[in-house]
Amino acid sequence: MTTTAQAGRADREMRGLRKSVSRALGDAFAYTFLIVVGVIILVPVAWMLSTAVKSDGNVYPFPPQWIPIPPHWENFTRAFRAVPFGRFFLNTVVITLTGITGALISCPLVAYAFARLRCRAKNVLFVMVLATMMLPGQVTMVPLYILYRRLNWIGTFAPLVVPTFLGNAYYIFLLRQFFSTIPRPLDDAATIDGCGYIGRFTRIILPLSKPALATVAIFSFMHHWNDFMTPMIYLSSSRTRWTMTMGLNGFRGAYGGTQWNMLMAASLVSVIPPLLLFFFAQRFFIQGIVITGVKG
Amino acid sequence: MEARRRLTQRARREELVFYLCVLPWIIGFVGLQLGPMISSVFFSLTAYNIIMPWRWLGLANYKEILTDQYFWISLRVTSIYSVGSVAANMFTSLFVASILNRDIKGLSWFRTLYYLPSVVSGVAVSMLWMYIFNPEFGILNYLLWEVFGIRGPSWIYSETWALPSLILMGLWGIGGGIIIYLAGLQGIPTELYEAAEIDGAGGWRKLLHITLPMMSPVIYFQLVMGIIGSFQVFTQAYVMTQGGPHWATLFYVLYLYRNAFETFRMGYASALAWVLFAILVTLTLLVTRSASSWVHYEESVN
Repeated sequence: MTTTAQAGRADREMRGLRKSVSRALGDAFAYTFLIVVGVIILVPVAWMLSTAVKSDGNVYPFPPQWIPIPPHWENFTRAFRAVPFGRFFLNTVVITLTGITGALISCPLVAYAFARLRCRAKNVLFVMVLATMMLPGQVTMVPLYILYRRLNWIGTFAPLVVPTFLGNAYYIFLLRQFFSTIPRPLDDAATIDGCGYIGRFTRIILPLSKPALATVAIFSFMHHWNDFMTPMIYLSSSRTRWTMTMGLNGFRGAYGGTQWNMLMAASLVSVIPPLLLFFFAQRFFIQGIVITGVKG
Repeated sequence: MEARRRLTQRARREELVFYLCVLPWIIGFVGLQLGPMISSVFFSLTAYNIIMPWRWLGLANYKEILTDQYFWISLRVTSIYSVGSVAANMFTSLFVASILNRDIKGLSWFRTLYYLPSVVSGVAVSMLWMYIFNPEFGILNYLLWEVFGIRGPSWIYSETWALPSLILMGLWGIGGGIIIYLAGLQGIPTELYEAAEIDGAGGWRKLLHITLPMMSPVIYFQLVMGIIGSFQVFTQAYVMTQGGPHWATLFYVLYLYRNAFETFRMGYASALAWVLFAILVTLTLLVTRSASSWVHYEESVN
């Protein structure tokens, strides 16, 4: 009796030990793996940073120098003098800020109607919103170009920013989903206090939706800041209205394969705003990705 | 009667407010989507280069596509990239997410780090990777030689390696996928695993019978979005390889863009766009049809 009990206990201890050993091994593997992946991710970034401050002659030789001494900070000013990146940067800022404004004016209103107001055509219209999310932009690319040409908008910011004031299916969907989670009794209380449709929107829905609005603003920022194809289509002809991405591409055409240090310096400047935004508003990035990625 | 009429009046007022709120979207939908879609069908049946008036062609553009060798090249390039990148991205991000899911200390640090490259997507990243992939003085071949003693290929400058290079580069930006899968994994109730452990299930069976079925809706959605996204690659091909070498990276949308805005064959480009649309719809339907056999939806109890 006692021996079997002892054997049982020993067995259980063995199993417990084995379990904790395997857990420790698993943890060791996990951390090693995660750190290695982290290093792999950081190497290109470090390479960009170090190249941006290298001297012209130092870009090719091996072994590569990770921390250039002395750092050539003047690469930044040189790059900005070689190509009017200052201008391009400003253009990108204007387009991006206008785009965000457009999205934040149009989308919440549309989403509010879909989330809270009754209308017989609502479901049909909402299905159409979802359907446009599936439509690849290439299908409308050519007719839109012809349309904007007729309007004399080629070479201006209008084709990039005017559509943002007319809603965006993704943002409308995201906001509608968020608005739907706001408890309706709050609306009713506001109605009793004398709020109408618009009052409930501005006093209840909007103030409670700051995280969702922040997510829309961030997505819209990222879209406009990184967009390359749309500005290429509409702004190529007018060099003073180029965006940062176009400027970088033009710089590659003119200096690519030679002035890597200046190219990296200019690239670095172009990624600083999104990086700063990411560090200060990480929560909203992650939240937005999860909402759009999991629930669709 | 009186009350009913007042109600309908209120309902009417509400509908009016609804339409006013939705008006911007309706204008955008009609003017920037529906209208252009219809005219895109029309243009795809014409020859039009903006300067000369359009000329009716009927189905000639579509017939031309079938015999256009560059169309087939671009379709092949895009399909290979799509399969390669969707599979590689999905497998890697699921794997990293499952490791992040084991009560890792400093989870938020890793998550931030892994998402970092996704923040800087676009032309700047293409520039950076052009430099990294450079066969003579790029860091990649240097590290391959120093660490593994391997002489690296010419990456984006080689006909065989150009597409794999771009797939590899895409792996750098899977942070978003990792975050989505991680959120999905964290949403799986731990009781399921505990119950399985009591039943004596090992790690492999838990993965096969709990993790994957519970994750299948997320995987399905990511698969559809991944396929659609991979068929719309443009920036990398335009900036890094210009479709080369020897058309090895002539992506579909790059070919479409060239037809529309470099040779100004607007009609032909419109036809190409509709073919792309048909391909994407077909692929989405195929995946969705297959979904019923492998996507597991939680049956709601209430």
